[in-house]
Amino acid sequence: MESDELLINMGPVHPSTHGVLRFKLRMDGESIRECTPVLGHLHRGTEKIGEMKTYLQFIPYTDRLDYISAFPNNYAFVKAVEELAGIEVPLRAEYIRVLTMELNRIVNHLVSIGSLLMDLGAATMIMWGFRERENALQLFEMLCGARMTFNYIKPGGVREDIPDGFMPKLNEFLKDMEKRIDDYEQLINGNEIFHMRMKNIGVISAKDAVNYGWTGPTLRGSGVDYDLRKYEPYSIYPDLDFKVCVRNEGDSFARFIVRMDEMRESLHILRQVVDNMPASKEISSAKYGIAPMTGTPTAVSSYFPRIFTPPPGEVYSRIEAPKGELGFYVVSDGTTKPYRVKIRSPSFCNLTAIPSLVTGLKIPDLIAAFGTIDVVLGDVDR
Amino acid sequence: MEKGGIRVDPVTIDTTKIKITKKQPVTALDKLNDTGLISTVLSAREREGMILFSTVDQVFNWARLSSLWPVTSGLACCAIEMMAVAMAHHDIARFGMEIFRASPRQADLMFVAGTVTKRMAPRVKQLYEMMPDPKWVIAVGSCASTGGPYHESYSVLKGVDLIIPVDVYMPGCPPRPEAWIYAVIQLREKIKNQGYGAKWGLNK
Repeated sequence: MESDELLINMGPVHPSTHGVLRFKLRMDGESIRECTPVLGHLHRGTEKIGEMKTYLQFIPYTDRLDYISAFPNNYAFVKAVEELAGIEVPLRAEYIRVLTMELNRIVNHLVSIGSLLMDLGAATMIMWGFRERENALQLFEMLCGARMTFNYIKPGGVREDIPDGFMPKLNEFLKDMEKRIDDYEQLINGNEIFHMRMKNIGVISAKDAVNYGWTGPTLRGSGVDYDLRKYEPYSIYPDLDFKVCVRNEGDSFARFIVRMDEMRESLHILRQVVDNMPASKEISSAKYGIAPMTGTPTAVSSYFPRIFTPPPGEVYSRIEAPKGELGFYVVSDGTTKPYRVKIRSPSFCNLTAIPSLVTGLKIPDLIAAFGTIDVVLGDVDR
Repeated sequence: MEKGGIRVDPVTIDTTKIKITKKQPVTALDKLNDTGLISTVLSAREREGMILFSTVDQVFNWARLSSLWPVTSGLACCAIEMMAVAMAHHDIARFGMEIFRASPRQADLMFVAGTVTKRMAPRVKQLYEMMPDPKWVIAVGSCASTGGPYHESYSVLKGVDLIIPVDVYMPGCPPRPEAWIYAVIQLREKIKNQGYGAKWGLNK
């Protein structure tokens, strides 16, 4: 039976669009006939700013791309610059970087799962998720003084060494988090309403997912064993023992479970990092980094070379960010500023598949499917 | 009020029921008695009503500042800290503001939480205009205050105060939850001192 077509505008101010995304929905009764995401409400011109700022000045802007997990953004850009200039990084700095990135992966998945369940109408999980997030943020604060936007990873190393009292607190967090994830699974995984809302909703086949350019937990929920930490190892990941979490169903529930499993894998990685952390205090390369902190804390930035000129060339460098493959394409013309910075953000590529995911479903299913894609609008619009 | 079937004018005060004392007022109660306020209270009691001694402004301001309902308008990074403020650890519910309304029609406070781009600016303005009076705005973070790190960008509004009036500016990128709570306290102070009573120094 055909009914009149109804045009519904959802967003840009809507509690379930995780920011300022707008959906234009053509409805046939209650089911979605066509869904068009309208982007650009948070377009801040980050790529253009990259051409105006020096390499070091641009690092804070990478924090604000995917603001839930800023350490991987820092690292992705710094890795590109390091490949461009051929900078060697000391082992301890790499360990600290991986430590921060895996902690940030846990934080990202906590926020993602929490907001997904809040959109579905269950407020407990976001309270619990933010409770553990606070603990992780306190660790970040000990490292670099900031809660969300860190500016911590620099070419050649990291800004400061791990402070005293960090490691016991981290161990406490790891021990606590293991139990908490059990709690989450007990709370959510067996819930029948949750199953009805998530299973067979937003199904995408492995082939379609790859064709849409999906990466990260969203792609691994469709049964593709693609993780850049294994596929194209960087940093110290080849030395670490972890497995890639994959589910074959390709629906919203599978993507949710992959995130849950990834939190456990991140805990496993973190434990190895804590055990194998090199004892040397060298946290940055002698030529390009910050000298080890010996004097007053104010002397840190003055040790870092203000004028940093990589040789002319271009590089595309990518890492496995919590949301997927995050790539930076940096072109240098031999001056202090990049000639071009192109950001390949995971959220944008993952979001492009939403029309095909939700066509034929209802609006509440759109929210469920959209929540599992885990999009951050700062990363989409840049 | 009906009394024994006879209609009694509620405004009339039966002065015969009140004993008039001749002695000089000494205690505070005596002074109050002397002003005739007690007779007013007694008559109000007779009418089964209540009397509240205050200025109108004070009552209204107290009611307004005690349950500010913010509109859910997260724009960028600061919105994540807005969520953190609303959660159990920092718990903005202590200020009666835990209910983030999805509709601007039900809200009286707007956190402009994040970068206001030129594309988003008309929508933010419309959102503000949809809110019923009285309404307040807190510009959260350096982006909403001045453009912040994106001041040089071609697509970012250099401060939300170019389109809507702002009551409290909150520095930080993003501001810590403690800064949010401090800004809320500042806004409560501001609301407390609104109206004619505050201008005449009556609310102290």
